[in-house]
Amino acid sequence: MTVAIDRATGKRRGEPGPRRGRFQRLKQSYQKYWYAYAMIAPVVVVIGGLVLYPLARGLYLTFTNANSLNSARTIGVNEIEATYEWVGLDNYADILWGPTSYDRFWSHFIWTIVWTVLCVTLHYVIGLGLALLLNQKLRGRTLYRLILVLPWAVPTFVTVFGWRFMLADSGVINNFLDSIGLPSPMWLEDTFWQRFAAVMVNTWCGVPFMMVSLLGGLQSIDSTLYEAAEMDGANAWQRFRYVTLPGLRTVSSTVVLLGVIWTFNQFAVIFLLFGNTAPDAQILVTWAYQLGFGQQPRDYAQSAAYGILLLSILIVFTSVYRRWLDRNEQSAI
Amino acid sequence: MSTTTLPTAAPVDQAPAAATPPRKVRGRGQRSRAGSLVSHLILIVASFAALFPIAWLVFLSLGPDKDDYLHPERIFGKMTFDNYTFVLTETNFSDWLVSTLIVSLGTTVIGVLVAATTGYAVSRMRFPGYRKFMWLLLVTQMFPVAVLMVPMYEILSELRLIDSYLGLILVYCTTAVPYCAWLLKGYFDTIPFEIDEAGRVDGLSPFGTFARLILPLARPGLAVAGFYSFITAVGEVAFATVFMLSDTKYTFAVGLQSFVSEHDAQRQYMAATAVLVAIPVSAFFYLVQKNLVTGLTAGGTKG
Repeated sequence: MTVAIDRATGKRRGEPGPRRGRFQRLKQSYQKYWYAYAMIAPVVVVIGGLVLYPLARGLYLTFTNANSLNSARTIGVNEIEATYEWVGLDNYADILWGPTSYDRFWSHFIWTIVWTVLCVTLHYVIGLGLALLLNQKLRGRTLYRLILVLPWAVPTFVTVFGWRFMLADSGVINNFLDSIGLPSPMWLEDTFWQRFAAVMVNTWCGVPFMMVSLLGGLQSIDSTLYEAAEMDGANAWQRFRYVTLPGLRTVSSTVVLLGVIWTFNQFAVIFLLFGNTAPDAQILVTWAYQLGFGQQPRDYAQSAAYGILLLSILIVFTSVYRRWLDRNEQSAI
Repeated sequence: MSTTTLPTAAPVDQAPAAATPPRKVRGRGQRSRAGSLVSHLILIVASFAALFPIAWLVFLSLGPDKDDYLHPERIFGKMTFDNYTFVLTETNFSDWLVSTLIVSLGTTVIGVLVAATTGYAVSRMRFPGYRKFMWLLLVTQMFPVAVLMVPMYEILSELRLIDSYLGLILVYCTTAVPYCAWLLKGYFDTIPFEIDEAGRVDGLSPFGTFARLILPLARPGLAVAGFYSFITAVGEVAFATVFMLSDTKYTFAVGLQSFVSEHDAQRQYMAATAVLVAIPVSAFFYLVQKNLVTGLTAGGTKG
């Protein structure tokens, strides 16, 4: 609907009534655009000044060997000039092919991909399941809904600390596992269980958003479609497959894209759950942060190079995703 | 066949119905008793999973000793609010509260003001570069912390904005504004264009139309955008950790971490602080949560 309105106004504003002279039209379009540009100017300034300029600067840093020992800094009253040098593509080469590059980059890269795929799949599947359950006539539906949204309502940094208590060596989860005779893993020490715990906590945090979005999508599906499908003899699975899923496609494509971006860049969960203690459970974002700020000397150049790599991965993914959606005649954004 | 026709129909009804979604539940095919029993069962398990970690945190915050989280059964006998008293009186809690409020309210005000004009511009006007601009807003949301952290740090320290509220507010605006602009664009799109035209006919300038007619009408949308900015600023961890140096200027997200490193094992205070922070934020959240989602998906599905 909005698309239609957009198009309508675009047209309405585009044609200035009866055709006037070229100069007149130019002047009018200048006026119109002048207002538009004036209105987006603040955002352009903010984004340009604090995102694009730092991005360019960060890109430049990746071609140097900047770290906290050779950057410009102030110690007491002495100002020390920056002494880092241009090293070309060395940083990227070192990250991607250098010695121990597997440990430093590729293992984190693989884990980041696994992490993103696992988390988004779990978010989506569980979210969809709960949304379907909540979309039926049930007693206490509103109450369930309110409770299930809770993990989203509480700030992440609070809930992650809650999880840390629970996952501690003799915390409540291990006590419970002990009491029913299961082995109690070292959640916060053992690499596999660290990863498991990270995925679990992030899933817990991310499901409510998917659930609420998909519930909105479900409620917007025209109920006559279900009636029609039922008249044609479709069973429950067929109604789900051929009415519900297609009806959800627009919402799904958006939330999945957002989910991938957010999960890929998910910083708080892993950072707060493990701090600096779990090198193997760090995804690329937290790992880059650790290089840049969590160690001495701080390696600014490598950290920024990781950042650029991350951004490129995301941009490639988003472009491919959009093209794929377009091919399915379904433009999401 | 239906697969190609449906998707265009589905999102259409969704956006304006934000406040009152059609409660069309299909009345036929009533499920069997067993079916609804299973539904209830699953929902109860899920609710338990959602509730438990938070309830546990609240429970632990009542235990007076730092190792109580290992022996929860002991807490029952000696529940007390001492942790809360301690946190409120003996720690920097009030400083953190002040700085969190300054930073998040600052982000809210600046972010919403800036995002509103942008959202209006992209909703009502088709200017050259429009699509590129929308794309830019989207891409900005996916910048990883790591890429911007170092250069931002340098820029802020050159501007002497490290360890200052203004610096942090500006940084948060870069994350909040693009999203709020999307959200508000979606909201402005639902306000009839005839209102703008009527305003123009009556002699208002475009800015006048925006400020006097559209903004008052868009109040719910503005509230949601403001709330989103607020939440972003309250919950952000990475930038706050790096950019705020003095412990009286910490936001809650950073302050909580200081319990781990400084007082190492004083987890009972941490739990109490966490609960104190969570209560107001969550209460706010429930007020706008529904609109938040509609705005989110609406902003994402239209372009």
